[in-house]
Amino acid sequence: MNIVDRRLNPRGKALENRQRFLRRAKNVVQQAVKQSLQSRNIRDVMDGGEVSIPLDGMEEPGLRRGSGGVRDHVLPGNKTFVEGDVLPRPRSGAGGRPEKAGEGDGEDAFRFVLTREEFLNVFLDDLELPDLAKRRLAETEHENPTRAGYSVSGSPANIAINRTTRLALMRRMALRRPNPETIASLEAEIADCNDDALRLALEAKAKALAARVKRIPYIDPVDVRYRRFENEPKPVAQAVMFCLMDVSGSMSEHMKDLAKRFYMLLYIFLSQRYKHVELVFIRHTDRAEEVDEDTFFHSPATGGTLVSSALEAMKTIVAKRYRPEDWNIYAAQASDGDNSYSDEAATARLLTESILPVSQYFAYLEVGDADREFSSRSALWRLYERLRSDGAPLQIRKVGHRSEIFPVFRELFQRRQGRERVAT
Amino acid sequence: MSVVPMERLFDGADWNFGTLQRIHDACEHIALNELGLDVYPNQIEVITAEQMLDAYSSTGMPLFYKHWSFGKHFAHHEAFYRKGLKDLAYEIVINSSPCVSYLMEENTATMQTLVIAHAAFGHNHFFKNNYLFKTWTDAEGILDYLDFAKGYIARCEERYGQIAVERTLDAAHALMSHGVDHHPGKSKLDLREEERRERDRRTHEEQTFNDLWRTVPTGPGKSASDLGVERRRTALGLPQDNLLYFLEKSAPRLHPWQREILRIARHIAQYFHPQRQTKVMNEGTATYVHYRIMTRLHGMGAISDGNFMEFLRSHSNVVFQPTYDDPRFPGFNPYALGFAMMQDIERIVTAPEAEDREWFPDIAGKVDAKGDAMPVLRDIWANYRDESFISQFLSPRLMRQMRMFHLCDDPAQTEGVVISAIHDERGYRRIRRQLAREYDISWTDPNIEVVDVDLAGDRRLLLRHSIVNGCLLEEKTAAQVLQHVADLWSYDVRLQEVDAAGAVLKEHTASPRKMNRAA
Repeated sequence: MNIVDRRLNPRGKALENRQRFLRRAKNVVQQAVKQSLQSRNIRDVMDGGEVSIPLDGMEEPGLRRGSGGVRDHVLPGNKTFVEGDVLPRPRSGAGGRPEKAGEGDGEDAFRFVLTREEFLNVFLDDLELPDLAKRRLAETEHENPTRAGYSVSGSPANIAINRTTRLALMRRMALRRPNPETIASLEAEIADCNDDALRLALEAKAKALAARVKRIPYIDPVDVRYRRFENEPKPVAQAVMFCLMDVSGSMSEHMKDLAKRFYMLLYIFLSQRYKHVELVFIRHTDRAEEVDEDTFFHSPATGGTLVSSALEAMKTIVAKRYRPEDWNIYAAQASDGDNSYSDEAATARLLTESILPVSQYFAYLEVGDADREFSSRSALWRLYERLRSDGAPLQIRKVGHRSEIFPVFRELFQRRQGRERVAT
Repeated sequence: MSVVPMERLFDGADWNFGTLQRIHDACEHIALNELGLDVYPNQIEVITAEQMLDAYSSTGMPLFYKHWSFGKHFAHHEAFYRKGLKDLAYEIVINSSPCVSYLMEENTATMQTLVIAHAAFGHNHFFKNNYLFKTWTDAEGILDYLDFAKGYIARCEERYGQIAVERTLDAAHALMSHGVDHHPGKSKLDLREEERRERDRRTHEEQTFNDLWRTVPTGPGKSASDLGVERRRTALGLPQDNLLYFLEKSAPRLHPWQREILRIARHIAQYFHPQRQTKVMNEGTATYVHYRIMTRLHGMGAISDGNFMEFLRSHSNVVFQPTYDDPRFPGFNPYALGFAMMQDIERIVTAPEAEDREWFPDIAGKVDAKGDAMPVLRDIWANYRDESFISQFLSPRLMRQMRMFHLCDDPAQTEGVVISAIHDERGYRRIRRQLAREYDISWTDPNIEVVDVDLAGDRRLLLRHSIVNGCLLEEKTAAQVLQHVADLWSYDVRLQEVDAAGAVLKEHTASPRKMNRAA
């Protein structure tokens, strides 16, 4: 008999089949992910999760008998029946009375769990991200191997020669291994020696030394040291992400959905880069308030539109809780572009004087309907464009469809790439 | 039997490889010397839950080609397992030589003993000795063949693209239930030979390749129109109930690699076919064997009372049979029915009553020198399948004990469902015949044959479903399968459902899809 321990076999044997399955189910999975995004928080976009997909195109048909016709069953557990009894059929239909559970009318929906990578991949795919950016986002946290002393085990490639020979030398000296010079001089002495008795004694001594050399190896396994590496995570850093959104009545559900995706993408990006990311949600009409995520996206509010109120709120929060020295501040604003004319000067002043100097990045997303062309330029757009041409570090973008969101971040990615090139 | 005391095999629930070895040796001793079993050499593999899920999704085999449906099954099982809705099996055993049994790592020592006795001896003996397995499967060759199939399909994917291969495999899978031979052919299936044949054919093709042949003009093809219908049907080997075989041999526009894939699917279907026909016997045998071995081990003191209680608990869970009105009722539990019948046979052989002597004159009281029923049981295990086993050996006593009754649901009977037999003198034979029929694959699977091909005309393929008891095919899946047949055949396909009187009750047709046509 043979006993084999298979537990150590490489995992993920089913991975290839799973990928095939996901490829085949791509459309429905994407639909399912889209649906589940609506109900999840920005923070949770990075988690995998259970999705339920219809089995369209995923059936494995076989030639089976349908219902109908004369059916016979033998069943256990008769209690009161005698031969010839007639039992009324259940009203539901012509099917045999003891419907066999779990057979026939099986699964028309199919639930299974997507891993974090898969979920993210589908999400990013949906936004039509360039592959390079996708890889960058989907990759898991980087860890750099750094030297961390020596160890007694390791790969031969990592053998630390200096340390090993030094230890060998110490051991040889401690155990008094005769060195070659001693033996050579002894041999010379023997050669020069004329006295037989003395020579015998010397030869015995030489023999003892030779035996000692043999017993004490030049390098012993206990001497060997390897360079040890430890994986060190990237330096801990923290960032705060401000989500600003106009929630006045002119923002439609579609626009809010676009904004949500925009925030999600930024969040993924930030959490790739920073250990700790905090989210602040500020919604505004003609006055701004800090709210939780649910209120932010879902509760309705009415009023006019004053963008400066949101910026003012952000400024106070930064001053109160997020010192720019300790925090990387990112801000993302979404709006349909309305702003009252009188507010323009205040907005420009706040932005250039208080917000932009402390922010790493400020992105403005103007959301619109998918089918509508952006014909006229909105008040806010004109203002931001002017600020940009004056040299303010602003990213602005008009978005009508979710595939247009990514370009807003393009510069963010490119900057990162450039930095990395310098670093390596 | 005399009780020879034996050293305790293990204490508590923990085990290591030494324990497994001792358990195996102890079981082997009882199985070979006392029960007289004859087994393939055993290979025991310890696996994790994930690997068990893996094995689930690829029909239990340790290696299999890649296909999306296995990924689907894996995702499905995994979702259930994670939620805790479903436990995993304690073991999976493979009909191969050596006989591979997978043991879950989280089993307790008692469970490992149970599983080794059940799989490594019970199932193993059955695989090696039952006539169906002997005739239809090649235990030595199966793992090599699967390896070949996996490699072959991977190479096809490289050469012809994943999509094309997937389409062919989808079609082959849909027809797998109708891709088995029911009558033994002239030669025993040799899977190693299969692999060699395919390799030789390819080298021959490569060696004799000459591009000139492509340019040689071909004359007008010989007309087949003068062939009589009868001759045509004989030439094509019609009627043919092995659809995969027919398509592999006769589909006009398949590529050679597609034919080979159909062949692989057919061989795999054939390999699993005996298991479909022996569920009750196979599980009954294994359960009976583990029960005997465990009881004996306990009797010899190799298992403590506590561990034996643990065994009894899981054993009685395994052989639990809910009654028909229980919400848990899934149909007959093959473990319960099989085990009950094996025990019943043991009783008939060792302590027959008058009724048993009348019903089973051949086996009643036929104990061996040691007073054991094993020779009779071994003979039954070797020479029957579920259908014949039940129709021969289901005893009136067991029918009474399980309180079986026969329900007949005839749409013509408007008042309702009729109880047509119960466990009494008048009903025994009818119940037995009916239950045996439920385990007869050729009765439960729809009987579908290729009956004709219109070679002279539009090359339409004609299939016929012979209706039994007025039960038509399930329409949706039948249409899907027929679509696959049409894709393989690459011309139109018609399926007629014909009742015993010869009247066509229903007709399905399908035309090949575009992309497959591009040959």
